[in-house]
Amino acid sequence: MLKTFKLGGVHPPENKLSADSEIVELPLSPTVFIPVGQHIGAPATAVVKKGDQVKTGQLIARSSGFVSANVHSSVSGTVTKVDLVPDSGGYPRVGVVIKVEGDDWDDQIDTSPDLKSEISLTGPEIIEKIKEAGIVGMGGATFPTHVKLVPPRGMKFEMLLINGVECEPFLTSDNRLMIEKSDEIVVGTRLLMKAMGVDKAFIGIENNKPEAIRKMEKAVNGISGISVVPLKVKYPQGGEKQLIKAVTGREVSSGALPVSVGCLVSNVGSAFAVYEAVQKNKPLFERVVTVTGKSLRNPSNVKVRIGTPVSDLILFAGGVPEDTGKIISGGPMMGKALATSDVPVTKGTSGIVLIPEKQAARKPQLACIRCSRCTNACPMGLEPFLLMTLSENSLWERLEKEMVLDCIECGSCSFSCPASRPLLDYIRYAKAKVGQLVRSRKH
Amino acid sequence: MNAPIIYTVVTLVAIGTTAAVILYVVARKFMVYEDPRIDTVERALPGANCGGCGYAGCRAFAETCVKENNLEKLFCPVGGNEGMEEVAKILGLEAVKKDPRVAVVRCNGTCEYRPKINRYDGVMTCAIVSSVYSGETGCQYGCLGCGDCCVVCNFDAVHMNPVTGLPEVTDEKCTACGACVTACPKNLIELRKKNARERKIYVACRNEEKGGIARKACKVACIGCGKCFDVCAYDAITIGNNLAFIDSDKCKLCRKCVAVCPTDAIIEVGFPPRKIQSETAETSQVN
Amino acid sequence: MNKLLTISPSPHQHTDDSVRKIMYRVLLALVPALIWSVIYFGMDAVRVTLLAVLSCVAFEYLIQRFVMKVQTTVTDGSAALTGLLLAFNVPSNLPWWIILMGSFFAIAIAKLSFGGLGGNIFNPALVGRVFLLISFPAQMTTWPVSRMAETDAVTAATPLGILKGGVLSGRPLQELSGNLPGIDNLLLGNMGGSLGEISAALLILGGIYLLWKKIITWQIPVSILLTMAVYAGIFWLINPEKYIDPLFHILAGGAILGAIYMATDMVTSPMTGKAQLIYGIGIGIITMTIRLFGAYPEGVSFAILIMNGFTPLLNSMIKPKRFGGKQP
Repeated sequence: MLKTFKLGGVHPPENKLSADSEIVELPLSPTVFIPVGQHIGAPATAVVKKGDQVKTGQLIARSSGFVSANVHSSVSGTVTKVDLVPDSGGYPRVGVVIKVEGDDWDDQIDTSPDLKSEISLTGPEIIEKIKEAGIVGMGGATFPTHVKLVPPRGMKFEMLLINGVECEPFLTSDNRLMIEKSDEIVVGTRLLMKAMGVDKAFIGIENNKPEAIRKMEKAVNGISGISVVPLKVKYPQGGEKQLIKAVTGREVSSGALPVSVGCLVSNVGSAFAVYEAVQKNKPLFERVVTVTGKSLRNPSNVKVRIGTPVSDLILFAGGVPEDTGKIISGGPMMGKALATSDVPVTKGTSGIVLIPEKQAARKPQLACIRCSRCTNACPMGLEPFLLMTLSENSLWERLEKEMVLDCIECGSCSFSCPASRPLLDYIRYAKAKVGQLVRSRKH
Repeated sequence: MNAPIIYTVVTLVAIGTTAAVILYVVARKFMVYEDPRIDTVERALPGANCGGCGYAGCRAFAETCVKENNLEKLFCPVGGNEGMEEVAKILGLEAVKKDPRVAVVRCNGTCEYRPKINRYDGVMTCAIVSSVYSGETGCQYGCLGCGDCCVVCNFDAVHMNPVTGLPEVTDEKCTACGACVTACPKNLIELRKKNARERKIYVACRNEEKGGIARKACKVACIGCGKCFDVCAYDAITIGNNLAFIDSDKCKLCRKCVAVCPTDAIIEVGFPPRKIQSETAETSQVN
Repeated sequence: MNKLLTISPSPHQHTDDSVRKIMYRVLLALVPALIWSVIYFGMDAVRVTLLAVLSCVAFEYLIQRFVMKVQTTVTDGSAALTGLLLAFNVPSNLPWWIILMGSFFAIAIAKLSFGGLGGNIFNPALVGRVFLLISFPAQMTTWPVSRMAETDAVTAATPLGILKGGVLSGRPLQELSGNLPGIDNLLLGNMGGSLGEISAALLILGGIYLLWKKIITWQIPVSILLTMAVYAGIFWLINPEKYIDPLFHILAGGAILGAIYMATDMVTSPMTGKAQLIYGIGIGIITMTIRLFGAYPEGVSFAILIMNGFTPLLNSMIKPKRFGGKQP
């Protein structure tokens, strides 16, 4: 029996259209816009100004707090402005606009394609390197990796889990990365293990990616401590807590961090970025993005520089189809709909999904018939129907008691509702409200 | 023969007496002294329990009035000066007089002036829309048009205008309780001084972007040019964050600022039409 | 781009299932049993069914349109389902005006006065049925004979009715057994009874379809039938002379129809598995208590309605197991 998590979960149609298309490099865009806040935490502070010449891989914004991350230039050229530009939500964010001139890489970066597998650095040195390179969780959560690697006082890591689940429909970037860069990911895994001081690591991959499982198994062959764990397909297995449950059987309790059960979860993309940062001296300034959609001409996996406009990405994959009704940054279950394709690719952009107009509109909302599908689908064992009603009536204290803050916003409830009720919309709002309440109580 | 009747009567009387004794003892023992003036004050208040005074309801406000023994910082916007006068009379205190106020929506971004650049499909409450993104139009400061302000109004004073997609306040009904002010996630609603004949002049814009960007999103956006500031003789206008603001307490309703505003962002309401000015406005539109 | 992009919060994918599909699938599951009823009782069954379904739909439309003045929801199939279930629960020779009254009571009182689909506490079809049973006991307990039966009798008795009559008159079971149908006839549906409750086998077939489509859960039907079996079994083992075997109790009367189609109504049944088990056990116990000791020969309807009343309590008391082990 394949492993999986126990509570809830749904099976949205997989639609992995681009699973077999190899990663290709996107030609450079004429200008890039690199936001300084691409991660959870304090936005970095820009260290370049208008008119500065930058090289590819040069630091352009420095981490500005404990939870923050460096940002590097993804291209070489001239900084044309450091200004507010609307982000994917329409709210203005500070970013650095660079006019691309050639592709002149920083001298420190080792550009040779050879695999460098011997580890010469110590744990703290590795963490320092990761911090320098500005690596964040690349599955979409964008939490700075170097912060995660240092356990809170009194706690200890026991094992590392590498998240190769990619449970979101449509997305295939992690899958392709595991197939094409399996050895590098394993080196990255070993680096992370050393940084954490553990000797055990599991790479969790859903069994709808047989090629990735095969390649990764081959790559870990002969390396002690790392094993590949094939998992039964079920959304949202890529959720941190769900993956830990699936692989180890341990449950992270409400409000606790994964380290409370001795685990750390890292995305395969992050593991690859760690390899590049530590072994090749290359900061995080490019990533693999899946550009896909049922009407798109060439669904593909593209290696793209951070800051490239999403529109260039779509153009590369065949242009925006006539019937597009929605452009999503991320996967269709948790991604964010974009109002315009002029926003840049960031460290957390795992995919761009184009949804045809017909499927973009929601169905009209009906009355709840208490079919309990949302409750059965919730991977956290919550009661979405109840949370929504409480949220509609602004009963924040009650919501806190019903553990609304445990919600991981996976969308399984809204997905499964036969009455098309916007469960997650209300729950997400309730989470924000209850979060405010809890914070105000602390002060 | 009469025994059952006697038993019944005796038992019922006994039960009744015991209950009465218990009730009496409990009532005496747990009685809480309450200032009788609280009830009187509460009766003098409007009883809308709207929370406009900053307290949980009329009862809570009445309790505070009696407890504080000072009405300096207390004001019921719904009852207004007359209501507070009455409260003051009951308590033998002095009430502070305040100018009556009215809620004003500071956005004029109708569908015509502020085109939509995307289509929102989700829960139609401003609170949720604003937590998702900046809104359907290019202006992230403007009205979202879902009508949270209408829902929270206890006095049926705020309604959405289906043509403009903006909320409108009915002045006679508005009590300036401030419920809509807190409900608006974009902070568009302000309580402004109520003038005679419902006259008001205000900057119907909250856009803090630079002029060009603001204009691109909305034709009637304030661009912070400062022309109104220059023309105002009463120091009522301040400019900050690319935005003009007219202090309703200082404004003397001279309407000079309305005439000079290049984007028609300053709105005048309740004035008779001005012949000469309206002509110039028209010509400027033609140009 | 001249077209506006749509923005909505995640998720951007939704299930193909809908309330309408659920309702129509339950209707579909009931079709085999309906066909058998038509074969067994003749065109009268068609008349009753059509009348009940159409009147329920019409009442819902008229009330929503002209009294409540809201968007009508007749197309979601829930009114049609209520009508069909009501028809399944009445004798096939019921006069038309009684059926209309039952439909009106079910839709107007039990469903729409609570706010329509999703708001009702009690199963509308059962409320309609119980209303008729109490108001018109004679008509509601006079069952027609099968058109295939070679007898001159005009009315037939239900197996449970024969049993109750026998027990009340104090006759031992052996004397009655000649009048009672065997297991084969019970399964097939060769017995007297309400329009739709007679064919246990076809009802179970529909139930399997609903289980496969995940419209019902196993907890409710299994716990009801198992509880009934245990309850009846205990008494049967104590005194087989007086009490009949558990299998008879499960197959006779409305137990199967009630357990699979009525008790599992999503709106009026609890949500978590554990609560559903308690709910089912409650129904089983109440049903058997009424059957063995009550005045009525059959108690499924009453049992379900009583447990419907407990549903909100069960929902708020029994929470699903939370991830991480901390319960609210």
